[in-house]
Amino acid sequence: MDLDALGACLMTPACVVTQTTSGLIVGMLLFLVAAGVTLIFGVLKIVNFAHGTFYMLGGYVAYTALGITDSYALAVLSGTLAMALFGVLFERVLISRVYGSNVLMQLLVCYAVVLIFDDVVKLVWGPEFHAMGMPPAFQVPPLFIAGGVVPPFYAVLIGIAAMIAIVLGLGLSMTRLGKTVRAAAINPQMVSALGVNTTALFAIVFAVGGGLAGLAGALAAPVRSLSPGMGFSILIESFIVTVIGGMGSIGGALVAALVIGMVRGFGTIGFPQFTDGLIYIVMIIILLLRPQGLFGRPT
Amino acid sequence: MSGAITRRTVLAGGAASMLAAPWVARADTKNLRIGMQSILSGPIALLGTSSRNALMIEQDRINAAGGFLGRQIEFVYRDSKGQPQEAARIARELVNSEGCELLIDAEASSGAFAVQEVVRDLGNVVCLHTNSETSSLTADPKIRAPNAFRVARQGVHDAVAGSMYLSDYANAKKLNKWATCSPDYAYGRDTTAQYLQFFKKFKPDIEVITEGWPKLGQPDFTEVITKLIQAKPQALFTLLYAGDLSAFVNQGNVYALFSQMTVATPNVDYPVLAAIKNLPAGIQSATRYLETFPDTPGNKEWGQAYLKRWKERPTNWSWQNSLAMHFYEEAIKKTNSLDAKALSAALSGMKINTPFGADGTITMRDDHTTIGYAIGWGQTTPKEPFIIDVKPADWGKIIELETDWKKQQKYI
Repeated sequence: MDLDALGACLMTPACVVTQTTSGLIVGMLLFLVAAGVTLIFGVLKIVNFAHGTFYMLGGYVAYTALGITDSYALAVLSGTLAMALFGVLFERVLISRVYGSNVLMQLLVCYAVVLIFDDVVKLVWGPEFHAMGMPPAFQVPPLFIAGGVVPPFYAVLIGIAAMIAIVLGLGLSMTRLGKTVRAAAINPQMVSALGVNTTALFAIVFAVGGGLAGLAGALAAPVRSLSPGMGFSILIESFIVTVIGGMGSIGGALVAALVIGMVRGFGTIGFPQFTDGLIYIVMIIILLLRPQGLFGRPT
Repeated sequence: MSGAITRRTVLAGGAASMLAAPWVARADTKNLRIGMQSILSGPIALLGTSSRNALMIEQDRINAAGGFLGRQIEFVYRDSKGQPQEAARIARELVNSEGCELLIDAEASSGAFAVQEVVRDLGNVVCLHTNSETSSLTADPKIRAPNAFRVARQGVHDAVAGSMYLSDYANAKKLNKWATCSPDYAYGRDTTAQYLQFFKKFKPDIEVITEGWPKLGQPDFTEVITKLIQAKPQALFTLLYAGDLSAFVNQGNVYALFSQMTVATPNVDYPVLAAIKNLPAGIQSATRYLETFPDTPGNKEWGQAYLKRWKERPTNWSWQNSLAMHFYEEAIKKTNSLDAKALSAALSGMKINTPFGADGTITMRDDHTTIGYAIGWGQTTPKEPFIIDVKPADWGKIIELETDWKKQQKYI
């Protein structure tokens, strides 16, 4: 524990800018994954343990698409759309058969998908790790704001993730589809009774959730190594975000992801040997004070 | 019930007998089976696979030359997934059930220590550890086994060599404020401590001003990188490796980390070099395996043969496994036997000619570990040969300081 270093950092604009940027990039990428988990749980009450697989496949698809098109934008689009489509197939072929089943059955189905696609990745892309490399447009020196370091690539990623958060928030609150999704989250039987095609609705929810995870994987691919099983590490943190934010709450996921990001960003200065532990302590404190999470509804 | 024997009964009986008595099915073969176990799945599977690739090349070479004792050799490959308990089980099974007469243990250290005890217990088979670098495996007489040998780098050798090079470099560049960033498990912490111990011996005025301990396989190193930038060290020593090192370099590039401090690592290997799309120039790096070091026709020929066969470059684990088969070959020629005691006696003190040796030879010392292999440090360059200005380590000094270290540990 180094509280002196943390205090000194908080008093130095350069350190605050650098660590805040660090927290924002970790938090926003985490939000994209966790938003899908919480959306799917909110509407379908399914805890999608296979969500990390969407993140992993999104990165790999983008990696391949970049090799073919030489365009990072197309690579990101490919990773997102491929995972949206994969989400629909996953829901229709597998998950739709375990709605209302024992949670252990759902867990088993999801875990099977994780293991199968880890092996598929090994067969298609090989067991070794891959790196996409930084797109040429972002191979530029970092910006210096108040003495703090802000990489342009990360600034763009934060911007994209923030835009997605706004679009998702507005879409859920202001569009007909969004309102239907929210209604289905509260009372799916009533929504179905009113004539809404819930089969299509559930598939759309999985498409959005899968697409968001694919987007996160594709956006992060230039800086994170791609390897079979990589989805597992982000899955744990995205569940923490989902639980802290409140199961089913998109706004809660955003706030919780930013909290985790900032704990990582500043925790590494003040608690360098205990950053991971700190995240769990924050989670325990929040759940003791609000068992339903920051924005969750009491059951 | 009818007493007639149906076709189905015959088929089932045949299948059952094959399963119950596998030796029947292979009774007609006189191949010499060699058990090989490694990490063939998971995040570092590429290292295990590169070990197997090297052995497959060796198998073809040895069989083309008539095999061992007139018998064609055949490897039995097993995946331990990096789990020590699985490694121990597999080692026993390879000997007792698969009829393997020699063992290649291509596990990382966690598995190698488990295999060591199995091999000691079996007693009737020789095992060559080809990938464990943890010094105590052979340095500690309580752990050393009479029929097991290490054909691989040893941590203490690399630590001495690296520290000597880095202290010279730090003196020349006046680098006193250092940071470390290594994976948060036994290898990262122990080996970092070992490097620092020797580093401080050569350059007592260095100061470690900050440390980063990311988890193994951590996807994002941003907070570690920004912490390093805040601390403003003059140089960074890191033991990150494989995908983690690649991700660290890619994320460090985003923060222009490599223009803000000198970075030194012993773990740059061909797969890492190939995966990093924007390899910064000037990283001070050891040569795990480099086709141009030692810069000899034999080393280049071996590297090119591997590349031609597998369409990728070898790793540090590849040459170590290849070398192990050369040791077996020489020992069997010398003893004309597979007897564990005879082979062990032949291997102790054996010196062989090899392209991987610093002076064209490598010796299996009588404490069951190899010495004289190529250790060099240089600096990275974005294009081939990737590491240039390589300076070879002084093996005389390495052995002198290794002996001091062994005394300190009460091993001798």
